[in-house]
Amino acid sequence: MNLNVGGWFAALIDWFLENLGWLFDAVAWLTSQIVGSVEFALIVLHPLVVIVLLTAVAALMTRSIGISIFSAVAFLLILSMGLWLETMASLAIVLVSVAIALLIGIPLGIWAALSSSVSALMRPILDLMQAMPVFVYLIPAVFFFGVGTVPGIAATIVFSIPPAVRLTELGIRQMDSELLEAAQAFGAKKSLILRDVQLPLAFPSIMVGVNQVIMLALSMVVVAGLVGAGGLGGVVVQGVAQLDTARGFEGGLAVVILAVYLDRVTGGASSLPGVLRKSNRLRKERAAAKAATPGINADANPAVL
Amino acid sequence: MNTMHLQAPANDHHKEAMNADAPFIKVERLTKIFYPPRVRSRLSRKPASQNGFKAVNDVSFEVKRGEIFVIMGLSGSGKSTIVRMLNRLIDTTEGSIAIDGKDVGALDPTQLRAFRNETINMVFQHFGLFPHQSLLDNVAFGLKVRGVDRQTREAKATEALQLVGLGGRTHAMPDQLSGGMRQRVGLARALATDAEILLMDEPFSALDPLIRQDMQQLLIQLQRNFKKTIVFVTHDLDEAMYLGDQIMVMKEGKRIQRGTALDLLEAPADPYIEKFVAEVNRSKVLLAGMLAEPFPGSDHEDGCSTGVLPPKTTTDGTSSRVIHVTAATVLADLLPVFAAGCDRLHVTDQQGLVIGQLTAKKVFAALSPKESVHES
Repeated sequence: MNLNVGGWFAALIDWFLENLGWLFDAVAWLTSQIVGSVEFALIVLHPLVVIVLLTAVAALMTRSIGISIFSAVAFLLILSMGLWLETMASLAIVLVSVAIALLIGIPLGIWAALSSSVSALMRPILDLMQAMPVFVYLIPAVFFFGVGTVPGIAATIVFSIPPAVRLTELGIRQMDSELLEAAQAFGAKKSLILRDVQLPLAFPSIMVGVNQVIMLALSMVVVAGLVGAGGLGGVVVQGVAQLDTARGFEGGLAVVILAVYLDRVTGGASSLPGVLRKSNRLRKERAAAKAATPGINADANPAVL
Repeated sequence: MNTMHLQAPANDHHKEAMNADAPFIKVERLTKIFYPPRVRSRLSRKPASQNGFKAVNDVSFEVKRGEIFVIMGLSGSGKSTIVRMLNRLIDTTEGSIAIDGKDVGALDPTQLRAFRNETINMVFQHFGLFPHQSLLDNVAFGLKVRGVDRQTREAKATEALQLVGLGGRTHAMPDQLSGGMRQRVGLARALATDAEILLMDEPFSALDPLIRQDMQQLLIQLQRNFKKTIVFVTHDLDEAMYLGDQIMVMKEGKRIQRGTALDLLEAPADPYIEKFVAEVNRSKVLLAGMLAEPFPGSDHEDGCSTGVLPPKTTTDGTSSRVIHVTAATVLADLLPVFAAGCDRLHVTDQQGLVIGQLTAKKVFAALSPKESVHES
């Protein structure tokens, strides 16, 4: 007996197309507007200005001279290879995809952390999303959104959501149970516990998730070149199609540069609040010391007799 | 500004007079059975009770207002489960808990949150401080939950931190503090809300012995001013006897004995407690107040001034008046006085009123292990 699983899935896609076509058209229009705006913002400025800005962001987030220098040199290399516009187009696609993936993924992760049944339901779906060969996403994406940037973004989002969900859930669930008890023991509502305790403590884990989402999105950008998403994906696909080693390598190198840059910058961000907090704390501590509260010495034994 | 002061219950005596006998916390036939996670699934044919683990087994007790009630037992004896049932961090399987006459099990979620916030706070073994918040924010947490505005709650939190000796470090982070200091913050957090009941789950167990003693003394000092009703869990009998007005000993989910430190020392209910008691340093846990006796005669002021003191002491001049000690003095601190030849002291309460007398004979009898008392 042969089960026509593929046929069923195709039928499902057809049904969506027939009944929800207007919705997909609206989503496609909105998404292309957003990506267009982001891309425009990146190319309207002179490349050298953008490079200075990107370097400044790297310096601020990582506080590392090495990474800052790397950023400046690497983006100048992209510029000199004549791939500036393609790189900015890919960066725009990545930024928009990642933003949408996080907007969906982080709330889902929170939901999964708070409800075990949601978590159990989500796990196989996330497995499917991650394990499915990435090219497969492109087929329905093209049906829904036509050829171009939008199906590339749609496929990228589906592919890159899982780590956002997983690491958000993990960050919240791995919290010390005594801290949760402490918050509950003082009568805090669930929403307050989430906002004041669980999310701040899960922040480092969530940032690791953000980093993973960006890396997956970037890897998908090249694949999305197959459906005409443009940018560096287009360059690489063109290089492959024409067996043009030089072109392919340059496109690939630009992708690598973008990947390393985004990885270092977001990797640095996970410790950023800690850095800010520390300097903030030191300042407050000094101010408090100046005020010189004539307190009781903490180490003095309180007399009993 | 007056409203921001932490209030020692002003009408305490009034309340005590009103319902001196009514228990503040009344726990009846409390039972908790923990089930392994999947036992309730339809696949399991066995009735749930066969798979469950009885952590607390039919335990009843009462706590009076303003009392330190110690639950003592080794790990796995169910003591931590009991305190968590008092504020319903863990729900009971059977039995009832009434606090100030109200059934805790009947509270709906909103009432339960208000009850936890206003009436019953908790101090945790590993402190339970939020590592991403300053000491001030940690201590003010309960008030923030209550919806108190920032200025008021920070003033109150600062005050609570001063009470535990950390007034100068309000903006420090928990990871900058030693264990003992962190637990001071935990204590301040529970004091800041003015809740009447304090649940303390092995609060000093994670601390070094010396720091632990400091914290015990701090607690007694604070308790003198605030008269909270404290349910204190510990596995350390010395600590239980030093702090507890009443002690309940638990073993494998069951209550084995309940009484004062003296009761446990003089009449251990079973070999398990006897073994514990043998290890206790009696001179450090027995207090003068526990052994004080009423005066034999009616006009004790005259009878005990100089006449009872041995001549040797009378000659050095200082002993022309009777020696007074407070009820909270440990016997170890009295030994030098008795060694100097005095055989009778007056015991006073906190206000300095004489509540009874203490004889050397009584003290030495209490310090001797049970067997030797029988021999004499």
